Amino acid sequence: MKVIKEKHSFLMRWTHWVNFPILTIMIWSGMLIYWANDAYNITIFGFTFIAFFPEWFYKFLNIPHHLAEGMAFHFLFMWFFTINGILYVFYTLFSGQWKELMPKKNSFKEAWLVLLHDLHIRRTLPPQNKYNAAQRIAYTAIIFMGFGSVVTGLAIYKPVQFYWLCWLCGGYNFARILHFTLTMGYVFFFMIHIFQVLMAGWNNFRSVISGFELVEQQPLITPEKQPGSNSPADGKIEEN
Amino acid sequence: MVKLKKISFKRDNTNSMKNLKFKKQKKELTINQKINRRNFISFSAFFALSSAAAVGWKWLYNSPQESTGVTAGAHKPLRRALNKTELFFRNFYSNNHLVKTYSKDRAAKNIRVNSDIGIDDEGFNVETWRLEIKKNNGQVVRLTIDDIKALPKTELIFDFKCVEGWDQIQHWAGVKFIDLIGHFKLEDQITMPYVGMETPNGEYYVGLDTESALHPQTILAYEMNDKPISNVHGAPLRLIIPVKYGIKNLKRIGTISFSDKRPKDYWAERGYDYYSGL
Repeated sequence: MKVIKEKHSFLMRWTHWVNFPILTIMIWSGMLIYWANDAYNITIFGFTFIAFFPEWFYKFLNIPHHLAEGMAFHFLFMWFFTINGILYVFYTLFSGQWKELMPKKNSFKEAWLVLLHDLHIRRTLPPQNKYNAAQRIAYTAIIFMGFGSVVTGLAIYKPVQFYWLCWLCGGYNFARILHFTLTMGYVFFFMIHIFQVLMAGWNNFRSVISGFELVEQQPLITPEKQPGSNSPADGKIEEN
Repeated sequence: MVKLKKISFKRDNTNSMKNLKFKKQKKELTINQKINRRNFISFSAFFALSSAAAVGWKWLYNSPQESTGVTAGAHKPLRRALNKTELFFRNFYSNNHLVKTYSKDRAAKNIRVNSDIGIDDEGFNVETWRLEIKKNNGQVVRLTIDDIKALPKTELIFDFKCVEGWDQIQHWAGVKFIDLIGHFKLEDQITMPYVGMETPNGEYYVGLDTESALHPQTILAYEMNDKPISNVHGAPLRLIIPVKYGIKNLKRIGTISFSDKRPKDYWAERGYDYYSGL
């Protein structure tokens, strides 16, 4: 029979969904700013593979000539982005959830097996708890990336007052490149993330909204065996 | 929530078997109901909050423009946020925080020209140019470029930063603003919190907080790369203020004034942050 299994806490779901629109606004307003001096491209041996960004892309998203507006939005939503991030990190640290999240010694080796499984090369997944090895790495990395965005952002924002931070980030120019690259990283993360969520299906997706997953339970602990006491599902319902 | 849980435990323990059996039956029936109930609550909340966020965003995105004053061109709430944010970050400002300086060979040979607003009039004559320092008692101090060159020269090779995002290591030389103040006995003027500067034709103007203007690396420059400043860079005298974005580095200073209120500022009237500090 199907049983409710708790998966994602309220705070995890809250910060996840709050982050989504905020990060979208940060990336959009960031592009409004970047457009004013769109100097970055990937050039190898004199051949430019990608210029960030092509003209049609700017036009499609109505990016050109909004630098002041971009800065105004960026410097407002940076607060929400940071506060939401801090909230998540503190919650994860103090709730002990970090144990489910941080990569373990064998995670890097296992992540390879997860990748092979996801690519349908390997049939079985290594045993896992809440997150598999690849998820542990990805979801921990994204938090460090968020931290990196705040730090490099601050270094670009006040390079004179926070000169030490700017120095730590490798100087003004390098800090900007890092800030930009991290943003590209989010977009890359997002695409993989969406694909994986689609592949994982409804039960998994719902757990990030409702907090629980449905699992098939073996008739080892039947409801009959524990009258009187609360069934696990019962107690947990009231927590939410 | 915890309280609720405790109460329900108690009730379970004190209930009679009959009741329990009844409850158990009910429970078995409700597994699916529980799922539905939780789904309903969480998804309703999710959509309600998403809609609220969407409405909030629409409101902000279409929020009214600020009324035109010293600043203009930004949405009202965003301007408020810009000002508040700057006030917060000004807590970290110190005139002891110096801009990194570089050796001469790092300086760009061709200094980038980004704008000619305020200095594009044909008839401008460097010979008749005077710097006018307007004191608050109505007196005006008029200085020639030689008066200014007579003061101690300060060289500065630093990374000039434009609000657009580009930066360039540039070599400037001139008189420190604070030296000028001291030499012409303007100390009583800098008790006021703001300094305003304008081009001779009044078409470009900046407002600065006095603290930033008195930063030891703020100079009124008359040389670049060891030569007199060219016209496109604001001959004969321009402002170099490394603790601000380029938009505050006014070319061809015509007048300097002091004020209790924020002086008008060209780019702050066009949606940019008034403070624009680095």
